[in-house]
Amino acid sequence: MERCVVIDYGSGNLRSAAKAFERMARELNLAIEIAVSGDAGTVRAAGRIVLPGVGHFAATERLDATGLTGAIRAAIGRGVPFLGICVGMQWLYAGSSEAPEQPGLGHFAESCARFSESTEKIPHVGWNSLEIRHDSRLLAGVEPGEHVYFTHSFKAPVTADTAAITHYIEPFAAAVERDNVMGVQFHPEKSSATGLKILANFLKWEGTR
Amino acid sequence: MITKRIIACLDCHDGRVVKGVQFVDLIDAGDPATQAARHAREGADEIVLLDITATHEGRQTLLDTVRRTAHELFVPFCVGGGIRSADDAAQVFEAGADKVSVNSAALANPMLIDNIGRSFGAQAVVVAVDARRDPNAADPVRDAQVFVQGGRKLAGRRVVEWAREAEQRGAGEILLTSMNADGMRTGFDCELTGAVSEAVGIPVIASGGAGTVEHFVDVFGRGKADAALAASIFHFGVSSARALKQELAKAGVSVRLPC
Repeated sequence: MERCVVIDYGSGNLRSAAKAFERMARELNLAIEIAVSGDAGTVRAAGRIVLPGVGHFAATERLDATGLTGAIRAAIGRGVPFLGICVGMQWLYAGSSEAPEQPGLGHFAESCARFSESTEKIPHVGWNSLEIRHDSRLLAGVEPGEHVYFTHSFKAPVTADTAAITHYIEPFAAAVERDNVMGVQFHPEKSSATGLKILANFLKWEGTR
Repeated sequence: MITKRIIACLDCHDGRVVKGVQFVDLIDAGDPATQAARHAREGADEIVLLDITATHEGRQTLLDTVRRTAHELFVPFCVGGGIRSADDAAQVFEAGADKVSVNSAALANPMLIDNIGRSFGAQAVVVAVDARRDPNAADPVRDAQVFVQGGRKLAGRRVVEWAREAEQRGAGEILLTSMNADGMRTGFDCELTGAVSEAVGIPVIASGGAGTVEHFVDVFGRGKADAALAASIFHFGVSSARALKQELAKAGVSVRLPC
């Protein structure tokens, strides 16, 4: 049975992401086991990887300290489907101004930054709509204007790899996708039917292996 | 475009949903896990579970309730009541909550806000403020007072100042309950909500007084609320979040639809 590892690096509520994946794996009758682990060996051998994350970008330091960064890089290198959620997506970039001393994975060359000061509230909390940019495997079946749940103060810029844009203060990358590496700024595990559809797309995707 | 959130609130006592008027005269309104799932299915954007048990034995019941409620819930889930330390908060997160709401304990020990925020992120900390206008004050809104212990005791803080301090300490949202309006179904306190919303840069959830669609239109407009909490209008099948949001959309409020 394929193992989808939800990486535990001591950041935030992993159970809610894990149980949403479990529900979709069950519903779709997929031979995928959902495992929560912080062990580099387990991650290196995973068939599918999810990096959740709520909280501070600095917490991703634990990934470097525990050898998980190397394990993730190796897995991505052999084509394993990877999904980063919230801070887990931001970590795919070169870094974030939230913790300038802490590098990200650098899979996407740009960096994340805080929303520009404005009269709007920061953090961006609540349900906002997705503007899907091109054929996205992750967002297949999601209609324009469907809403997903966000809670964040930092965001990734819109680039060629951006799969969906959301507008709040300024346009930002709500989803990013290149080859087997995907990320979402919103919380699919908290985004009702739309979110579960996105998690199902990730689990069903065959990858480039 | 960011939408205004409709949050279903479940007041719980000893593992059951209850409803009272101005925090007294409680009546039974069902099982929390069943009610939460129903609200989510009927279009609620978020679920808040406020435990009013507050006894030591009640803690285990609460954690069990949170676990059961979170199990099949795929919208944001906030839990409040009796959270006195970062450890209490950790247990509630472990049981499946996405956010905790703190009230009396944060007033007694404001560092609680900093501590939970540092460990779990600002997005996970909601500071609940129970407010009552001071009818004898020169400015009943600016001088509105914070109450603690389920509304029984004056905290000795003014509402707007306390909300601002909570933000500075790392709160991610303010849940503002007008005790004058709570359970009365005569409308939110839009003046007070607006004063708080303008004073802070974080989202404000308005609570207390919902009775009609117009009340929600009003609090999102004049009250500048980012979200609104509703308990009584959803109970006993009076209405649903979806029906409410369809009416709000007609009135020009941006809401999550379809849902």
